[in-house]
Amino acid sequence: MSLHATHRDAGQVTVVDLSGKITLGDGSALLRKTIRGLLEDQRKKILLNLADVDYIDSSGIGELVSGFTAVKNQSGDLKLLHLTKKVKDLLQITKLYTVFDVFTDESAALRSFN
Amino acid sequence: MALTTKHLEMTLETQVESVNLAEEMCLRVAEAAGFGEDDCYRIGMSVREGVINAFHYGNEERPEKKIHLAVDLTAEKMIIHVLDEGIGFKLADVPDPLAEENLLSTSGRGIFLMRAFMDEFDVVPGKTGGAEIVMSKKLPAPGSASPNGQSGQNATRKREA
Repeated sequence: MSLHATHRDAGQVTVVDLSGKITLGDGSALLRKTIRGLLEDQRKKILLNLADVDYIDSSGIGELVSGFTAVKNQSGDLKLLHLTKKVKDLLQITKLYTVFDVFTDESAALRSFN
Repeated sequence: MALTTKHLEMTLETQVESVNLAEEMCLRVAEAAGFGEDDCYRIGMSVREGVINAFHYGNEERPEKKIHLAVDLTAEKMIIHVLDEGIGFKLADVPDPLAEENLLSTSGRGIFLMRAFMDEFDVVPGKTGGAEIVMSKKLPAPGSASPNGQSGQNATRKREA
């Protein structure tokens, strides 16, 4: 299954609900397109809900980092919500778990943007 | 009783679809060999990263070049070879993705992941002049994988740093 993305507004924060795989090709490309589209719409507070993302490869990790940097460069924030075990493990062994703000509760994540 | 080595090889086009194809093929071999779910994930991810490396860095996404994938299943381990038709590289020249200055790099984690997920990993000069990734994982002890495919003895083995 490739990646599917929808987004919803929660005040000033845009929650992006992702499902599927963020891997080389369509998955990484869709994530990039989604984040760049939000930035073009001046949506700079972005929460990526990864609850239904069960697989990320190095290309997907790179795209997460690229998105994080792009948002930061526009004085925004990109945070992560509901990591699956595999994704959490990947971010931990690559030391990115400490780079991203990661949440297990959506309300707490939304409050953190204020 | 000594088991004979089983050998499987395929030549892949330099295209994104080859990454999924290689991963799926090796996953089937790993499952048939008795690896548990966790190890299958690690093997699949490593094959994926090896082929991505060949596709992007080795063959520079040039469609006239090929990616050569081979799997050997011995009595002790599953050995995977990924050979590209590039100019080769030395492991020592690969930047450490965990270094502070590289943490926000958008690439360069594939080698690291293969090293982390497999028991043995090396890059040697290939017969085509390119780089050949050789990596292996020890087979699980007989009967160690549970019926639902969860990790067996092999999956709890200490990972490389």
